[in-house]
Amino acid sequence: MRVQLFGTCLVDSFFPEVGEATLKLFQRFGVTAVFPRGQTCCGQPAFNAGYADDARTAAAHFLSVFDGDAPIVTPSGSCAAMVKHRYPDLFQTDPVMHAKAERAAGRIYELSQFLVHALRAHESGLAGKGTITYHSSCHLARDLGVRDEPLILLRSMKGVRFVPMPDATRCCGFGGTFMAKLPEISCALAEEKADSIVATGADAVTGCDAGCLMNIGDAMKKRGNPVQVRHIAQVLAEGL
Amino acid sequence: MSDVQTSLAFRANATRALGDASLRSAMRQAADTFGTRRADAFAPVADLEALRDKASALRLQVLDRLQEYEEMFASRAAKAGATVHRAKDAAAAREIIAQILTDRGAKTVVKAKSMVSEEIHLNAYLEKAGMDVLETDLGEYIIQLVGETPSHIIVPAIHKNRQQVGKLFAEKLGVDYTEDPQMLTKIARRSIREKFLNADAGLSGANFAAAASGSLVLFTNEGNGRMVTTVPPLHIAILSLEKMIPSLADLPTFIRLLPRSATGQSITSYVSVITGTRKPGEATGAKELHIVLLDNGRTEILSGSCREILKCIRCGACMNVCPVYRTVGGHSYGWTYPGPMGIVLTTLLTGMAKSHPLVDASTLCGACVEVCPVRIPLVDLFLKLRERRVREGFSKPMEKRGMRVFGKAAASPSLFSAGQFLSRTFWPLVRAFGGKDVAGRLPRPANIPFHRRVP
Repeated sequence: MRVQLFGTCLVDSFFPEVGEATLKLFQRFGVTAVFPRGQTCCGQPAFNAGYADDARTAAAHFLSVFDGDAPIVTPSGSCAAMVKHRYPDLFQTDPVMHAKAERAAGRIYELSQFLVHALRAHESGLAGKGTITYHSSCHLARDLGVRDEPLILLRSMKGVRFVPMPDATRCCGFGGTFMAKLPEISCALAEEKADSIVATGADAVTGCDAGCLMNIGDAMKKRGNPVQVRHIAQVLAEGL
Repeated sequence: MSDVQTSLAFRANATRALGDASLRSAMRQAADTFGTRRADAFAPVADLEALRDKASALRLQVLDRLQEYEEMFASRAAKAGATVHRAKDAAAAREIIAQILTDRGAKTVVKAKSMVSEEIHLNAYLEKAGMDVLETDLGEYIIQLVGETPSHIIVPAIHKNRQQVGKLFAEKLGVDYTEDPQMLTKIARRSIREKFLNADAGLSGANFAAAASGSLVLFTNEGNGRMVTTVPPLHIAILSLEKMIPSLADLPTFIRLLPRSATGQSITSYVSVITGTRKPGEATGAKELHIVLLDNGRTEILSGSCREILKCIRCGACMNVCPVYRTVGGHSYGWTYPGPMGIVLTTLLTGMAKSHPLVDASTLCGACVEVCPVRIPLVDLFLKLRERRVREGFSKPMEKRGMRVFGKAAASPSLFSAGQFLSRTFWPLVRAFGGKDVAGRLPRPANIPFHRRVP
């Protein structure tokens, strides 16, 4: 099987180890991952801030880079949701681009979604260690409907004890540009999320979006890192 | 807290609220309670999703033919004995109501909870005209005693804890301090009840207006709504145009959805249907009924791209689940309607110039969309409003330039890499000048980005 890997700008700039873990997972499941050169960002920062034209520029670039028919897999629920639900809207007045956007929307998957549904990774005896809790990121759960897949994967891991987090689906306060525009509220929400995480007694918290994990990671750092923060790709690839 | 709009100061308002420990714990507790109650109340409703579809379709049908329903309502209500007034804006509505009261020499007015009356700042206006206006909903009563405005559309005093209410009552009503909710309710009831009997007029809002029969529908819990609308000889109801439903036959859909969404009740203690005035032989009902239909910007919203906000049935579920609302409280939003629905309604009703920071007051998490009983696509509306803000020139010039650069860089891998290189190389500078709030919370960029590590 061949897939196109969309690394996302956050993973590319801040968390390359998440991308590497994703590649390791693909290798483990016999998937040939192509990394289309020239990929940058899906354009969500501009789109969410109301700059549709600038978002369109980014989206058009994405669509030219991610040409073809192979599934596009990305370790981010938010970026996948952007391509899936917002790209077609962005090109409503341009039939050619709209068709391209629809095609991309039809073949983009978030990593955990792809691992469960296409690769049945939860039946493959992945292994890890420690007690792990999970933050359910907003766009992943609400826009993509990916609620159970990460839990199925974590629960399937040998040597991992999964503990649910209270209010796991409550927003961590990242919100993309929200973090920059209303930092006080963003921090307060991250603090509340950190409280929920610490209360589980887990060694590590995981999730499927680098943005949320970065925000949670900052709140954890302020408390002296009582709980590790790791992307689900890293957790799943740990035993490989 | 006055009637002056402070939405432009959202960030400062919110930051102040974040430092108010009692507000935050009261908000958290109340919002969580309502959230849980809502979920419990809907658990046995097997056809919830179909019910939401039906309610949404009904509300859209009303919006599509609003003028027709409004005219039907007005003529049927008039036939049943009501006098129907139309108010184009807040000033017109205030004048109409003040005139009705003045003409009849009314001095004492008892009020049931009405957010539309808050929207037009009616109390202050009537008080200025020398009238005695008393809020009779417990939450509103508390808020009126403190001199604040509601911070939630269903639970006006949600931001107060019982200790604060106990202190307030002791101070303002001269009773002994108690923080027992039942005792506090008793004290308020005693104080309010005296006023009912002597009131010259009752003022209420309405949850719905059934067009086919010209009926007003009120969902209430404390019994005060029924007293306000039936005890005084004169009843004035004020409602905004979009409160129409086609007919009373559609009411069951909303009976099933509204109380469950709002307070987690399967039904409110009272559902009052008022069709016209007291008829000969009837024991209750106002002898004179005036209905004020308020536009105040609705018709304009109706013709725009955010019209779906007018489907709102004011349950408040969106605010109870909103991470931002439950953290900063309703007053931070700086106008009548707070939370997710409030962001949209405030910017549309008061204009971007007075409210544009509100469009940022969402993480776009979508929790509101998940609970909205009439399926208002709130996140889509926030995004539309953010676009409108840019279009109308209310975004910061630096942000605008930044986004232009971002768009260009996102379309140019070499520019994008250069940006990564620069931010990494000058990271200390980025941290120093990029704002400690933002850059201080980002990790240092990786020395070798992922795209250069891929084999």
